[in-house]
Amino acid sequence: MTAKTRRYSARDVTVLVAGLGVAIVVNVGLVWGPTLASVGLSATDWNGIGPIEWIGGRNYEDLAGTYPPFWSAVRNNVLWLAFLGVVATPFGLFCAVLLDRRLRMSRVYQSALYMPVVLSLAVVGFIAQLVFSSDYGVLNAVSGLHVDWLGDRAVNIWVVMVAAGWRHVGYVMIIYLAGLKAVDPALKEAAAIDGANERQAFFRVVFPTLRPVNVIVLVITVIEALRAFDIVYAINKGRNGLELLSVLVTENIVGEASRIGFGSAIAVILLVISLGFIVTYLSQLFRGEER
Amino acid sequence: MTAAPPAPGGRVRPLRVLLHVFLALVALGWLLPLALAVYASLRPYDETARLGYFSLPERLTLGYYGEAWSQAELPRYYLNTLIIVIPALVVTLLLASFTAFAIARLRIPGRRTLLIVFTAGNLLPPQVLITPLYTLYTMVPLPAWLSDSQSLYDSYLGLILVHVAFQFGFCVFVMANFMRTIPEEISEAALVDGASVWKRYWRLTMPLCRPVLAALATLQFTWMYNDFLWALVLMSSGDKLPVTSALNNLRGQFFTDYNLLAAGSVLVALPTLIVFQLLHKHFVAGLTLGSTKG
Repeated sequence: MTAKTRRYSARDVTVLVAGLGVAIVVNVGLVWGPTLASVGLSATDWNGIGPIEWIGGRNYEDLAGTYPPFWSAVRNNVLWLAFLGVVATPFGLFCAVLLDRRLRMSRVYQSALYMPVVLSLAVVGFIAQLVFSSDYGVLNAVSGLHVDWLGDRAVNIWVVMVAAGWRHVGYVMIIYLAGLKAVDPALKEAAAIDGANERQAFFRVVFPTLRPVNVIVLVITVIEALRAFDIVYAINKGRNGLELLSVLVTENIVGEASRIGFGSAIAVILLVISLGFIVTYLSQLFRGEER
Repeated sequence: MTAAPPAPGGRVRPLRVLLHVFLALVALGWLLPLALAVYASLRPYDETARLGYFSLPERLTLGYYGEAWSQAELPRYYLNTLIIVIPALVVTLLLASFTAFAIARLRIPGRRTLLIVFTAGNLLPPQVLITPLYTLYTMVPLPAWLSDSQSLYDSYLGLILVHVAFQFGFCVFVMANFMRTIPEEISEAALVDGASVWKRYWRLTMPLCRPVLAALATLQFTWMYNDFLWALVLMSSGDKLPVTSALNNLRGQFFTDYNLLAAGSVLVALPTLIVFQLLHKHFVAGLTLGSTKG
């Protein structure tokens, strides 16, 4: 093959080295380098200015033992993931299945559903305050309740998850809709001829072919749950029942107390969880790719 | 589509009516919060404080938009956003397209590893790396003409760089998949003519990538525009904040006028909603390009 025996001129090599070099330097310097540094710093008690002292696993012990927001953040992140995974994602799939037929107005319904996807989560957080505010909010006005939806520790995380789900459903719907459109219509027809009803046809025939899309949606869901930050920060800076791991990391650097080592330990916990899913995702993505 | 789908037997199907009712209700429910934000932004504070947001209007006013626009100096923050997003977008697409070209079209050693590392980097939660990044930014000095803080921290350049670094992986992944679908013959013919690497990238491959570039540009504009976290952590001067993060400034220390905040939210959401309406085909293409292999 010509491609194998091709030779690059000196100028070609310069262009390649320069282009790829910049890409690698930026990626390593600003993404992977700091990620590794988080791991290193998590074993120190550095406060950002003084000397760096190695303290081994003590930050992790403190996190688990003497830092109350940690467990409530872990609980909230798990809830968040469960809510997106069990409620928002299946609902997005359900809407995609309904919209994946020749329907009048289908485009209108689609646009409405994914309108929130283009909004910043910070804006979603502000809009949530109009709906859920205890004094003037719409929900209390309509329902006649007097619940402090965003202030009461018992309910506020659920309310915020609904607001985050509002955006997530549209996202999932778009991706599944594209996946469904790519399914060979002959498959569904064959299932119908064999006497399968629509539900059987979907679960037995269509859904299994969506496997790659399912993996992607799963990863998006997990990543979104781990990244969740803007919306709670816009509402109350992630305090009083709205603690999340991402908020705790940020608190330890933008807050008054600069606890670099301690914040890094929380970041490492996030890293370990996300790497598990990233590796799963990439191995699905690059599987069987021999080129 | 001119004709309605052929109905088996041609009956009026109650199921289809039910489907429409359900979808219409969901769509309405989805639009309601946005409509509420617009409605709240048009009503004076004392009125909503008295009657709540769910009430008929006595008076509608555009006053809050004026206030958000002039008192909160939104135009300045829009400009900040443009100063950050436009260069970040251009550099990301250039760097990512060249990298994708090298990975997909040239047989460079280690290309698979590179692609995996770049793609994985994009999937990390930002908080995983933000602490050392913040420290790094405070330690890198910049000349005063580039940044009045004289460090990468609290500079436009710093935010541009972080956007490029973080969004780059996704773009490389999408573009490499796309470029693989371009027939090799085009490149081979150019090879016979002795075209250089640069020419094959810029003159031969890039023009064929217009659809994917449009899709990525639309998507990335929205993502960079919507960024809240990077500016929050890597900026300290209030007057340099991009508009999404500046929205937080409309919230008072002790008292928040939610109608003003609603007007601000609508103004901040407007550009992305407009982009979405105008380029919505590209937007959807961008989201789904990443998820279905090219």
